Amino acid sequence: MRVLKLMLKNALRHKLRTMLTILGISVAVVAFSFLRTVVTAWYAGVEASSPNRLITRNAVSFIFPLPLAYRDQIARIEGVETVTFMNWFQGVYIDKNQFFPRMAVDAQTALDAYPEFLVPPDQRETFLKERNACIVGADLAQQYNFKIGDVIPIEGDIYPGKWEFVVRAIYQPRDKTVDGTQMWFHWQYLDERMRQEMPGRAGKVGWYVIRIKNPAEAGRISEQVDALFKNSRAETKTETEAAFQQGFIQGTGLIIQLLNFLSFVIIGIIMLVLGNTMIMSARERTKEYAVLKTLGFSAGHLTALIAGESLIISIIGATLGLLLSYPVVDLFSLMVPKSWFPIFYIEPETIVLGATAALVVAIAAALFPIQRALRTSIVEGLRFVG
Amino acid sequence: MGSLIEVKNVSKSYWRDSFEIPVLNNISLSVAEGEFLGLMGPSGSGKTTLLNLIAGIDRPNKGSVVVGGTDITSLNESQLAKWRSNHVGFIFQFYNLIPVLTAFENVELPLLLTPLSKKERRQHVETALSVVGLADRMHHYPKQLSGGQEQRVAIARAIVTDPTILVADEPTGDLDKKSAEEILTLLERLNTEFKKTIVMVTHDPRAAEKAHLVRHLDKGELQ
Amino acid sequence: MKIPLKYILRNFWSRRLTTAITIGGIALVVFVFVAVLMLSSGIRKTLVATGSNDNIIVTRKAANGEISSIILNDTYNIILSLPQVARDATGAPLATGDVVVVINLPKIGTKGGISNVTVRGVSPPAFQLRPNVKVVEGKMFTWGSREIIVGSSIAKRFEGAQVGSTVKFGGDAWTIVGRFEAGGTGFDSEMWGDVAQLQDAFARQGAYSTVTFRMTSPDQVETVKQAFEADNRLQQFEAKTEQQFFEEMSQFMSIFIGALGVFITIFFSVGAIIGAMITMYAAVANRTVEIGTLRALGFQRRSVLAAFLTESILISLIGAAIGVFLASWLQLLTVSTLNFGSFSELEFSFALTPEIVISALLFAVLMGFTGGFLPSVRAARLNIVNALRSAS
Repeated sequence: MRVLKLMLKNALRHKLRTMLTILGISVAVVAFSFLRTVVTAWYAGVEASSPNRLITRNAVSFIFPLPLAYRDQIARIEGVETVTFMNWFQGVYIDKNQFFPRMAVDAQTALDAYPEFLVPPDQRETFLKERNACIVGADLAQQYNFKIGDVIPIEGDIYPGKWEFVVRAIYQPRDKTVDGTQMWFHWQYLDERMRQEMPGRAGKVGWYVIRIKNPAEAGRISEQVDALFKNSRAETKTETEAAFQQGFIQGTGLIIQLLNFLSFVIIGIIMLVLGNTMIMSARERTKEYAVLKTLGFSAGHLTALIAGESLIISIIGATLGLLLSYPVVDLFSLMVPKSWFPIFYIEPETIVLGATAALVVAIAAALFPIQRALRTSIVEGLRFVG
Repeated sequence: MGSLIEVKNVSKSYWRDSFEIPVLNNISLSVAEGEFLGLMGPSGSGKTTLLNLIAGIDRPNKGSVVVGGTDITSLNESQLAKWRSNHVGFIFQFYNLIPVLTAFENVELPLLLTPLSKKERRQHVETALSVVGLADRMHHYPKQLSGGQEQRVAIARAIVTDPTILVADEPTGDLDKKSAEEILTLLERLNTEFKKTIVMVTHDPRAAEKAHLVRHLDKGELQ
Repeated sequence: MKIPLKYILRNFWSRRLTTAITIGGIALVVFVFVAVLMLSSGIRKTLVATGSNDNIIVTRKAANGEISSIILNDTYNIILSLPQVARDATGAPLATGDVVVVINLPKIGTKGGISNVTVRGVSPPAFQLRPNVKVVEGKMFTWGSREIIVGSSIAKRFEGAQVGSTVKFGGDAWTIVGRFEAGGTGFDSEMWGDVAQLQDAFARQGAYSTVTFRMTSPDQVETVKQAFEADNRLQQFEAKTEQQFFEEMSQFMSIFIGALGVFITIFFSVGAIIGAMITMYAAVANRTVEIGTLRALGFQRRSVLAAFLTESILISLIGAAIGVFLASWLQLLTVSTLNFGSFSELEFSFALTPEIVISALLFAVLMGFTGGFLPSVRAARLNIVNALRSAS
């Protein structure tokens, strides 16, 4: 305990240096949690997936449609609760930079399949009744200031032409893992127009969402669905929602690797800052350590003294950094459009990782000065001049 | 000979927290050209402060210091720096050589403030080092030299610009008897042979013996 | 500056561990900064090289990329009849109507992971319009058959995309009969076949995704654009030079990566600046007596300030040089990612440009200056008497 007091006093000896080191560590920890949060945000779609949902799409790729007729065939499979379907509509709202998911859905069944979208019953009623109505997420409504009754004009690209949708419902995401930036409208409205304008494209579905009773049966049901349409002109590929989302991220693996690499780099930077401080302090105290040895302090005492000081600085820095991470992440999510990272929050795991990294770094940073302090003989130490 | 250094009614005090600590109290002193003045006194008597005022690295609260006709108390910071580089040679107790520079480079340092060419600088440095008898140690670093040798390099640095005055603050304070003797002999030679005006602070009576004139300071007053 | 440079350099050596750590920190930050900018410029460079300024590409105005664009046959014919379209010796227009789709293929080394690959159906003049596309292995596909040729990047990165394999899509098996190289452009990351065959397989008879034609002369761009605005039948479509079009396809990714990188490096640089500051404060503290001596010898405050600032900036520049040097090796690396612009896999390499090197050096100078400024001011402001006294 006497050593603890000396540790604290040592840490406070160069107040400015200690403060700068703490500041450096906390900034780095903020950067670390921020990076991890971006990575988690990237995987948010996978995390938020329901084990009860399967996605069936065209085996060639997501951009090719499936016939509407598949619906009834899928629905007859044992273990399937409901089948719904949607089309990726895309189009341009205001300009090409305004990105949020815009989809044509089979409204009644889709809302059943996605219970995490909370819709007030009266709004649900009016949405379901009106042909060109749409439902938007609360985050999206906030971003563009959409209110019930507003008309959203969209210029179609995949489905050419001018489209107008009336906001009839706003859903609340059930919790922070749910995307609140989607826009849904009636598939039937889309199909009607296709029937008139491009008859070849009527009756086509982007993908099916199958709600199953028992997640354990996902494998069996997927195989059964794909077997049904084997060797047809539109073969299917069925997988769990998580695997489907994973497939989307797959292609951007490079960015994930980049972010992961960067979070290692930042730990390296913390290490350099703290290591530098510890080396400098230990170097200046070479003489004192020799005096302590003369007084009978053991190698263990010296090790504890140096490692302890490193730990104190690192713990204060990391705590400060982790506390600061919350406002920084909040600030960032306020600054960028909600639809870039619909789900953006610090996971508890990030905090644990950050704290662990800081502790490991504290020990690592102390190693070199400890080794030096122990190796220097008393005589050398006493003779040492800065 | 006329007086080279004229200290008139100088007072100096320091502030520590809210206490005023008087160091020099209305001191007047004049030093003739070619003089070798020893300033003696116990610790805290203000002898180093007086030396600093004469050397232009500190300023009095009251009074004036005139050196070679220039009232240095009226100079601003930057003029004062320039003045020091032309007129003052410093010799410190702990030599204060720059550890990363060789003996040659240490001596050359003050010449970098003059318009001399590289070649001229080399000549000056070599002359100064041979005056102090270290021409053969030119390319040694300070830590490769003994204390006495380091102090001789410091003296070479002090004389290389041919300054008006040499100020020495306890130049033998950190040296053994033999080295101290050598340094004092060297200073004496600079005074007699090269006609340098020297002001030296010391509390070593043997050092004071070498000075032509010794003044005692006590509690901020000249005796 | 009056204080000699060797004074600064030898001080580095006398405190080499601390100096090395500080340089290491700066090098790390500069490495990240440069690597991210290289990535972003690599994507851009690849896509800019993909398009030619002699060609015009026509898409539907609202389309976000080639795959979501649709041009029907009558429009196609109107475009081809424009007087600005160059013609060959027989009078046929130098133009290709392309059908662009993406298919999924398993990526090598991802344990069943799939990614999107662009399949482009082209008309015969396509090879005249894009002369950098050359078959280097196997043979050219036969027009009118279900054969395709594969870009080198795809052959390298995807399973079953090599010459001799067959790929199943559009209800048929397609034989890969050749492999082409396209000079490190975006086309290297595509598969090409006969447009008529692809229209047939995907039931898109009479519809193209985009139309690309050679202009009678490259200065016709504005005239073509005016022609599109003037003609009622073409108002839903947009004409751009091919180069501009592909450059825009890179925009989202290069801006996204660039912005992310800059945001992160700013954070990182705070760490490096603090490291430099700690080092410089220690340098000042350790050399207090030296500073006092230099000042007593007549060196001005500004010389001391300049010496310490130079020291700090020099540390940063050395760090930057190391960072840039290490990052320059990344140029040997080719990577691939899903490009949001085309919604398919794109291979490209890290590209180091003079602009990146200059910005890295400026960034380093800024870090060195910021980190060294306060310590240098402290050094310059030291009181001579106190500084000298701190010896004992």
